[in-house]
This record gives sequence, structure tokens and C-alpha cells, in this order.
Amino acid sequence: MSNGMKLYGLYNDDAILVDGAKALVEKGIKINEVYSPFPVHGIERIIGVKWTRLAIAAFLYGITGTTLALTGMSFFMIQDWPMDIGGKPNFYFLLNIPAFIPITFEFTVLCAAHGMALTYFLRNWTLPGVRAKNPHPRTTDDHFAIELIPEDIKDFSKEDLSALLKETGTVEVFEK
Amino acid sequence: MHKESEIRYPLILGEKTYHQITEDVCAPLEGRANKLWYVAFSIAAVAAVWGLGCILYTIGRGIGVWGLNTTVDWAWDITNFVWWVGIGHAGTLISAVLLLFRQKWRMAINRSAEAMTIFAVMMAALFPGIHMGRIWMAYWVLPIPNQFGSLWVNFNSPLLWDVFAISTYFSVSLVFWYIGLIPDFATVRDRATRKIPKSIYSVLAFGWSGKVKQWIRFEEISLVLAGLATPLVFSVHSIVSMDFATSVIPGWHTTIFPPYFVAGAIFSGFAMVQTLLITARKVVNLEAYITRKHIEYMNIVIVITGSMVGIAYLTELFIAWYSGVEFEQYAFLNRATGPYWWAYLSMMTCNVVIPLTFFFEKLRTNIVYSWIISIFVNIGMWFERFVIIVTSLHRDYIPSNWTMFHPTFVDIGIFIGTIGIFGVLFLLYARTFPVLALNELKTILKSSGEEYKKQKH
Repeated sequence: MSNGMKLYGLYNDDAILVDGAKALVEKGIKINEVYSPFPVHGIERIIGVKWTRLAIAAFLYGITGTTLALTGMSFFMIQDWPMDIGGKPNFYFLLNIPAFIPITFEFTVLCAAHGMALTYFLRNWTLPGVRAKNPHPRTTDDHFAIELIPEDIKDFSKEDLSALLKETGTVEVFEK
Repeated sequence: MHKESEIRYPLILGEKTYHQITEDVCAPLEGRANKLWYVAFSIAAVAAVWGLGCILYTIGRGIGVWGLNTTVDWAWDITNFVWWVGIGHAGTLISAVLLLFRQKWRMAINRSAEAMTIFAVMMAALFPGIHMGRIWMAYWVLPIPNQFGSLWVNFNSPLLWDVFAISTYFSVSLVFWYIGLIPDFATVRDRATRKIPKSIYSVLAFGWSGKVKQWIRFEEISLVLAGLATPLVFSVHSIVSMDFATSVIPGWHTTIFPPYFVAGAIFSGFAMVQTLLITARKVVNLEAYITRKHIEYMNIVIVITGSMVGIAYLTELFIAWYSGVEFEQYAFLNRATGPYWWAYLSMMTCNVVIPLTFFFEKLRTNIVYSWIISIFVNIGMWFERFVIIVTSLHRDYIPSNWTMFHPTFVDIGIFIGTIGIFGVLFLLYARTFPVLALNELKTILKSSGEEYKKQKH
């Protein structure tokens, strides 16, 4: 039965955290998560977290915006109700394209930015009313935490893991 | 880790630790406001109420209560609109363009500059709204199916491009700003001891935990949004300038407008950032983060963009003469020597001559001097828009139509009012939001902090 207990090592410096994480990974210990007040560069490679594909999503939202803007304008201005304003050509899409560029650009940016932001909030699960998961209030200030799930690590007992965490220079090891 | 040259000036002064940064930035949120804040807030609130009164009066009676006439049919409304939009350009420029150029000094100022952008664009958006006269029909600018036989808005018109540009700019800036704020709200949330602030900041922090994957996504979205926002900044003011440039009015109908307006926008935006931040760093004790060097960097941007604007002014004069079009020539001659010579002179002095003093290092590193100059630039840029709009209109093709523009108390009240509303919003922001990107600042502490730089020697 899973009791959901997690073991945390708390550090007070990002350099010690990175070295500690490296030492643990070298021993074959799987680090479940790291909590930090700011992005610690390189930690994702050490604990084996893949880089995000958000940028690809943003590109897809962007080209959706481009397509919507161009088809929308060609429908409004060329097919549905061609207006003759100041003798500007209004009956051919290609002749009208220069006047459509600004809105096409703006709409592309609008869709890419907001699509990406929505994806970001949903994938991160950061939404109003969501409860924070950081184990210690200082991990958003000046402390860093490594999270281990003792159940998933078969080679070491919980006591061994605590001892190993302490060796890496933690200021505190606690369970939650 | 990012390596930085030893001789580079530190960006964080004094002996700071990660915790000290949190303490310093959160102090104004957790303490009580001082007397100065209440005085400033009261003044701003009175101006805001007066302005709101004038806006309601305008909506109730129509725009006939303004000083407009049949010759000068655009005046303070659009002057104020362009002025505010211009001011709204520095925030995203600082956070987006300087992020792409990896300028670390932006981290101390980007949060407040973005807040300023958002509030300034709100003020700007007010003017096209009320200058329609019947604001309840403002939804007509949107391409929505309607009862007029599917009559659509005109997608060939720069005024409609502006609708899209301003709304995209506002909403994207807002999202960019808020995404940056979330981790800092989490810091404030975890520090809060009182129940009500804690629950408010918990909601605002969206349950941010600072996991590795969250930070990866955070960095990715910051970079991509910066990449999207950079051309956006340039497009927005280019489109604002096309409101004029695509018309056939002498003095407006010039191809130099887009780059000239963009340079002017960055110029005025940085001046407003300077005005606000030089004040804020003093009031909330952030001198260690917004240093003399930051102010100098901003002054350098001001002198460069100011010079670009100056060149644009001179180019306009030259091209007017060189074009051989006498209406164009008269428009510029009248601008400089006609009845509005004083506005032209104020513009030239405040925007071109005065900022040139920043070429002297002693002056551009003087904080009081920088603050005074930033006020001059704000005034000068308002006059620039006034000169472009009113002097091009007030003497049109038929001399019997020639007239002057006289603002009424409503024109003045609305302008002062928007400054008041802006002040109220900014002062509230300074009391309740982390005014520096405190968690981002921690990433440069070890490379750019004064104490850490000393240790390396």
C-alpha cells in the first residue's frame, strides 16, 4: 500500500543543490522533483527532465491565427461585402493583401501569445484556486528542496536515503 | 552559470543574500504606507475623480463640450491617446527587447516598467473610446455579425488596424507581466503571516510551486513571448503613426512616420520609467537594486532615441522643402513659425536640445538631474503630438477655414484626470505588488552582485 510519504532534503544554496543532486543521481537514486525559488540552470539534465515543447505549440497557435485572419478578411472584404473606399481595389484578394498585413500580423501574435499562455497555465496546473505543492515555505525564498519517493527507490531504505541526503550538505531532511 | 567580466559595474549593490532580496522587495507590501504615499495618493485620487467627472460629462453631453471645431476636429483627445500609447512602449521594450539582448540590468526595472505600460495603455484606450461620442456603440469597431445586412468593419483602414494593434498589445503585455508575477506572488504568499493577505496572494499565485518543469516552461514562455512582443512593440506604434501617415493631410502624409513614432515612443516611455522609478527607488528603499548605473543606462537610451527623433524632425523639414509641394512646405513653415511656434519650440527644446546634455557623463549619472530631464521629455513628447495633430489641421486648404484650437475645461480635466487615474493605479500597484522581479534578480546575484564580485578577486 502506498502511504504517499515523501522525503525532502533542504539546501540553502543552488550550487550545493546541484552538486547534491549529481551525487545522488550517480548513486542511482531517482530524484522525483526539485523545488527552487528561481530557475537553477542545468538541474533538469541532472534529474532527467525533458525540455518543454511549449514553443512548438506557440508556433501552431500562431499559424492558426495567420490562417484565421487571412480567411476572415478575405471573406469580410472580398466575398461578403466588397466596399469601394477611395478607389482601393477591393475585388481581388491578392491586390488587397498589403492592407491586410497589419491585422494578419497582430492576430498571429494574439493567437500565439494567448494560446501559449493558456497551454502554459494548464500544463503547469497554475490556475486561481490551485493549492501550491512546495514542501517548505522557504523554497520560494532562499531555500531549495530535493524530493525523493522512498517507495520507488528499491535499493535504499528510507534511513539510508536520509543519511545520503544529509551527506550532500542539506540544512534539513524531513518527511511529509 | 552566466559569466560576467570583473570590470563590469555590479547591478546589485551591498551585501545581499537571496533572503535579503526577498526581504527588501517584500518590505513595502508588508509594512504600512508612509505619509508621503498618502499625500501622493490623495492628490492622484482627486485628479482621477475630477477626470472621471469630465469623462461622464463628455459622454452625457457629447464631444461638443470639447474645444473642437470644424477645422481642428482632432486635438487633445488624439494627442493624449498617442502620448499615452507612446509611454506604454517602454515596458514591453525593456522586458522583451532587452531580454532577447540578454541585458541583465532590465531585471531591476522590468516589473514596474511593464506595470506602467499596462496602466498607460489603459489610459490611451480610453481616448478613442470617448472621442467616438457615443461610447455605447464602441462595439461597432469589432467585426461581429450585425443587423445592418452583414456590414463589416473596414479592414483597409489604419483606424481598424489600431483597434487590433492596441488590443493585442494590451492583452499580450498583461499576460507577459502576470506570468512573470506568479513566482513572486508565490514568494509573498509563503511569507505572509496574516490570514487575509495570505489567502489573497494564494489566489494570485495560482498555486505556483517552483518545480523544475514549471521553471523550464517559465523560461521558455518568457523567451517566446519576448520574441513575439518585440515586433509587436514596433508594429503598434507604426500602426498608430499610420492613422496619420495614410491620410492626405500635409504634415501627416509622410513615409518617415512609422520609425519616427517608434523612436519617439521609446523615448517618451523611458522618460516616464525614469520619472516613476527614480521616485520609487527612494520611497521604497530600492537604491541597491535600481542603481545609478541603471539610471545611466536608461539615460543612454533616452539620448539615443531623442537624437533619432531630432533627426526625424529635421528630415521632415528637409523633405517638405525638397518635395516641391507647396502645401507640404507651408505646413512645416507654419508649424515652426506660425501661431503655434511656441509649441514647436517647446517640442524642439524638450526633445532634442535638453536630452543632448546626457552626453556628459557627470549629468547622466546625476539622479536629480535625470529626474528633471525626464519631466522635460514627458512634456516635450506631449507637445510633439500636439504639434503634429493641431498644426497640421488648423490651417487647411481654404484660408477662410483657418482657426486656432482652444481647449475647454473638459479637455484639460480629462487629461489631468488620466494622469490622476494612472497615478492611483501605479501607487496601488507599488503597495501591493512586488515591484521588482525578485526571483529573477536572484539569478544574477552571484554574477552581478557587488559582494560576490569582490569575493572573486
